[in-house]
Amino acid sequence: MKDKTAIVGIGQTVFEKKSKDTELILACKAIKSALDDAGIEPREVDSLGSYTFEETEGFEIARNLGFGEMHYWSEAPYGGGASCAAIGQVAMSIASGISEVGVVWRSRKRGDPSSRMWSHAEERMYDHWKWSRPFGLVRPADESSMLMRRYLHEYSYSREDMAHIALSLRKYANNNEKALMHDKELSFDDYMEARMISDPLCLFDNCLESDGAIAVVLVSEQRANKLKQKPAYIHSYSQGMSDQHQLMTDYHGSNPLISSSYTTAKNLYRQSDYSANDIDVAQFYDAFSPMIPFSLEAYQFCGQGEALGIISEGGIDLDGLLPVNTSGGGMSEVYLHGMNLVIEGVRQIRGTSTSQVKDAKLSLVTTCDATPNAAILLKGD
Amino acid sequence: MIKNIPLPGTDDVHDEIFWKSTLESKLVVQHCSSCDEPRFPPRPMCPYCNSLSSVWKKCSGEGTIYSFVVPRPPLLPAFEELSPYIVALVALKEYPSIRMIGRLKTKAHVDIKSLEEVKFNIDDEVKVSFEKMADDVALPYWTLIT
Repeated sequence: MKDKTAIVGIGQTVFEKKSKDTELILACKAIKSALDDAGIEPREVDSLGSYTFEETEGFEIARNLGFGEMHYWSEAPYGGGASCAAIGQVAMSIASGISEVGVVWRSRKRGDPSSRMWSHAEERMYDHWKWSRPFGLVRPADESSMLMRRYLHEYSYSREDMAHIALSLRKYANNNEKALMHDKELSFDDYMEARMISDPLCLFDNCLESDGAIAVVLVSEQRANKLKQKPAYIHSYSQGMSDQHQLMTDYHGSNPLISSSYTTAKNLYRQSDYSANDIDVAQFYDAFSPMIPFSLEAYQFCGQGEALGIISEGGIDLDGLLPVNTSGGGMSEVYLHGMNLVIEGVRQIRGTSTSQVKDAKLSLVTTCDATPNAAILLKGD
Repeated sequence: MIKNIPLPGTDDVHDEIFWKSTLESKLVVQHCSSCDEPRFPPRPMCPYCNSLSSVWKKCSGEGTIYSFVVPRPPLLPAFEELSPYIVALVALKEYPSIRMIGRLKTKAHVDIKSLEEVKFNIDDEVKVSFEKMADDVALPYWTLIT
């Protein structure tokens, strides 16, 4: 399926802490905006992709937007690990001739603290959470923090080094007027003095809680070349789940610091004409800051244990080794389970990012390092 | 939000022996009856030889801290009351590839409240104890061996 499909439309709503719109209205707005961006009529859409924790239904989307006869739809599992899986599956449908025009969307109202999934814990647990949550490891932040402390210990890093993840992303958000944190500068001292959420993770190591929706439109390579936007071709795509993986509390493999991202990366590059050295810009899923250095290593931009040192020296800034999360990411732009990373990856190919990497031709987008996950490598002409 | 600490279901055929053992203050590890490989968390099939039969072996209950975190609010109400507390991921002494989670407590069985209160770090040795939480549940926790 190499370069056989492309993302030709992107759309987003306003990002807010508290939207007046329902998730269905947000989804409709984002999808219409993406179709307008592509110059494609809703009746032409015949395939849909979503991923779990999406509350709006495919048939509701289709009958609101006025889609015609539908030929393919799928919902990829594992939430934040799945935006690129949903896109990859729709791309496979188009590349194999099952469908012609695909839409992938995410609508989410997460701004209200009552929407935190961990806060809905039941009195008794019967799934794999029974091995962690009764012991006080309650939230995804705690689960991510566990691996970060081990990483800091193994490679002799400190919170001073961690600070540069949040600081780099915030600078990108300060350039992006649509980012929730556009007007809020973050200093090194702000970071060091922030309250702890799950030591060693502080407030600024966590993603935002936000409302909004994002959608993308996919078509075949042949169709893409006739449309108004510069196509972002899907050069390669893979999902990945490592040996002995466990969702979020991925502590039971032979080395817990080797995540499912290593599996995804290997298979992504296997199908690709390129290696990490060729990639111009990356959007790494960042529900929590540790996922950025972990992903930098897993996707082969540096050796194990090197990423946090590189980041602390400006390595993910616009003039660094690899510009990362150039719209501000989940930590400073908006948290929509990674769909903001997808459309920023497309903007980098188009040349329209608010922190544009000059002449970007290869743009990597990944998903959650701590779950079964997926990635896509986008390519420009 | 629930008021109590969430507890494991103990009537799942795949792990009920683990929870019955903790009620007797024993930490047991599931082993394959066929190839003898240990595995955790418990599950019906051995990933090494695909046997569906297993045995449970008591271990020393000693291990080393692989990592730990200090959760702070917002948390479930029962954990907010305990916060700050320390949750450790512990590699078992006889089976270093098996890692179990539990709160870290002092010898007086109270939560260690900060890294300053009791000096410890990754790779320090710990030993298991058990806290009865309900008629059918005793949760393992860890104390430092000094």
